[in-house]
Amino acid sequence: MSDAPEKLLLSSSSPHVRDSDSIPKIMWTVNIAMIPALIMAFYFFGPKALWIIFLAVASAVLTEGIIYKLAKQPARIQDGSAVITGVLLAFNLPASAPWWMPVVGSVFAIAIVKALFGGLGNNILNPALAARAFLLASWPVEMTASWVAPREGTISGINGITSATPLNLLKQSAKIIASPESFEPSQVQAAQNAIANLSSTYTNLLIGNVGGCIGETSVIALLIGALIMFYRHAISWHIPFTYIGTVALFSWIFGGSEGLFTGNWIFHILSGGLILGAFYMATDMVSSPVSHKGQMIFGMGCGILTVTIRIWGGYPEGVSYAIILMNLAVPLIDRYTIPRVFGEVRTK
Amino acid sequence: MRTFPGGVHPFEGKSYTEKKKIEKLPRPKQVTIPLQQHIGAPTKPLVEKGQEVKAGEKLAEAEGYVSVPVHASVSGKVKALEDIDHPVAGRGPAVIIEAGETEEWIETIKIDEKYQDLSSDEMRKRIQDAGLAGLGGATFPTHVKLKPPEDKKIDVALLNGVECEPYLTADHRLMLEYPADIIRGFRIIMKILGVKRGIIGIEKNKKDAAEVMKKQIAGEGDMEVMVLPVKYPQGAEKQLIKAALDREVPSGGLPMDIGAVVQNVGTAKAIYDAVSSCRPLTERVVTVTGPGIKEPKNLLIPIGTHYQDIIDFCGGLTEKAAKIIMGGPMMGIAQPNLKVPVIKGTSGILVLEGKQAHLPFEEPCINCGRCVEVCPSHLLPTTLQRLVYHERFEEAGKLHLMDCIECGSCSYICPANRYLVQSIRHGKRQLLRLRKKAG
Repeated sequence: MSDAPEKLLLSSSSPHVRDSDSIPKIMWTVNIAMIPALIMAFYFFGPKALWIIFLAVASAVLTEGIIYKLAKQPARIQDGSAVITGVLLAFNLPASAPWWMPVVGSVFAIAIVKALFGGLGNNILNPALAARAFLLASWPVEMTASWVAPREGTISGINGITSATPLNLLKQSAKIIASPESFEPSQVQAAQNAIANLSSTYTNLLIGNVGGCIGETSVIALLIGALIMFYRHAISWHIPFTYIGTVALFSWIFGGSEGLFTGNWIFHILSGGLILGAFYMATDMVSSPVSHKGQMIFGMGCGILTVTIRIWGGYPEGVSYAIILMNLAVPLIDRYTIPRVFGEVRTK
Repeated sequence: MRTFPGGVHPFEGKSYTEKKKIEKLPRPKQVTIPLQQHIGAPTKPLVEKGQEVKAGEKLAEAEGYVSVPVHASVSGKVKALEDIDHPVAGRGPAVIIEAGETEEWIETIKIDEKYQDLSSDEMRKRIQDAGLAGLGGATFPTHVKLKPPEDKKIDVALLNGVECEPYLTADHRLMLEYPADIIRGFRIIMKILGVKRGIIGIEKNKKDAAEVMKKQIAGEGDMEVMVLPVKYPQGAEKQLIKAALDREVPSGGLPMDIGAVVQNVGTAKAIYDAVSSCRPLTERVVTVTGPGIKEPKNLLIPIGTHYQDIIDFCGGLTEKAAKIIMGGPMMGIAQPNLKVPVIKGTSGILVLEGKQAHLPFEEPCINCGRCVEVCPSHLLPTTLQRLVYHERFEEAGKLHLMDCIECGSCSYICPANRYLVQSIRHGKRQLLRLRKKAG
């Protein structure tokens, strides 16, 4: 009967079967999840947005390819992680950014933040966010001064006051109200109106009809993508929910101009890059804690830092820096959240 | 439903054989019976080359308490005593028997109507003499497990019908076809341990077996069937106890430390055979299955039968067959050739085809944490692997390296195809060696 095909018999240590999920599947899921936001970016900011995304992705992938070549390692471009970095970086740039900004940012993200620290899986910071921070520190004017108005309506979503983004509006209005004597009465009036009418901006915030970075404005599109990622297990709820929950709590407590517990937390959640950051960047597996407990601490830390920067910091927006700072704390969090081993009795 | 923390849901693959009745494999012409088929002290051979033996005759004597004898599974002539390819140990001594024309059994096997009146010690003696070792695959001597030290108070016995390994259906079929023997065996277990509570754990994918067992225990007030959700590795002792009783076996401890003893359903049947009729363990049910086998079956196979004979009986291998595994796909042991014999711990022979058997390339860890999520021992597999790669075994030991039950859930789930449990296994061996050296 059947001769033993001895040379065919494979031998290895168990387990002999593997789950079918893989790194490329996870990464491409994230890429697909960003498509709704990409479409909204095109709708509100026009072809310029697509051009910037293209430049960022192309430079990220090219940089990664060259580095693998130089390092004489098998190319791993098809895993899609460089594409994510490119898209996320572009999502964090204003549509008015000059062409070289996404290029410089992507090269920095891939070459410095990712490759120099050991490549895929070894970067300490989220590459796209670190690159954004680098660009913001190096070219603050290009990064913030010239927001492109979305196709319809004003930049901020509220008529009567000129300001770049919803959060900028909030910050400036708060400043005006805090020291009304140094401003004209009409400005003070406008600021008070703006604060009072924050809730009128909700619809615009949800669909993304406000000023801001390319990919951060449309809350609905970002949430659709988040659902895709949940469904495909590319992210878990722990980081985004604790992050957003913490922002809601702390902006409600400290975010109001009329004392504690008067802040408009809905506005804080919907505006700025919080949704993008909480679902797409803080959840980056490589630069977040490994255990669920650690992830929840990480999320809360991001939330506290975001609100701190938004309310008391120099910038109107705090998501990027909050996540980067918490990225740095990940090894520490991991060290203090080692799970209790099954059957272990903690004596101390 | 109750379960344990962690775990994975691999492709079940039970449909190959779950509906197939247990068939008896025709008597093989030659058997190779390894002298060591259990965990514990080795055995001392009692036969010589050229000697005639009867089926059921003792071939080797237990040396020491944590040891069990081995018996001839066919009658015939001892052809040789030599080292062979051992399915678990790599190499090991074995008795090779050429089967005679007719089957002759030893005369001591007969039904003892009054077996229930035996004392616990007498029962245990029969169990040891029959050569019983855990048939779930771990092959720890059964009589030792049934004699916990005086200071350990046992209050519950668990019968393990979980069979969480994918593809395997031997225990499933046993429960369907021999429920009375299994329950009588379980009764013996409870009597020996002196416990008043018996739980039979069965996973939800074997509803028919659960029904049969429930019917079988009708009227036995101290037994209950507990249906558990399907999740691997629920059949691991500690996980089953956690699921059924919500008790945690202490790190480094044994089930008896928390008052529980677990026995597999196949072992329970063998216990009944041993105690009620002094029948030695000379055969067992094996699931021969997988995409690489032409006609998958559940077979009753004499211990020592070569894989080749069994596979031939099952229609042979398919063209693409590439890997032969003793046991299931999660914890089974890949075999080097088809000359290896069935031993007491062979619950299945699984044949995988090329694509499944292919060994994936290890990619960088992206810190996704899935291994941490699924680890039933709550370890950090990726951290442990890193430490083992750097030969920092003592540090890995501090992170509870030795608590790994080697279930393989981490490697299974890893999207980067990392060889996590494989590294940890290596690390455990190295750490043991280091500790031994240090005294």
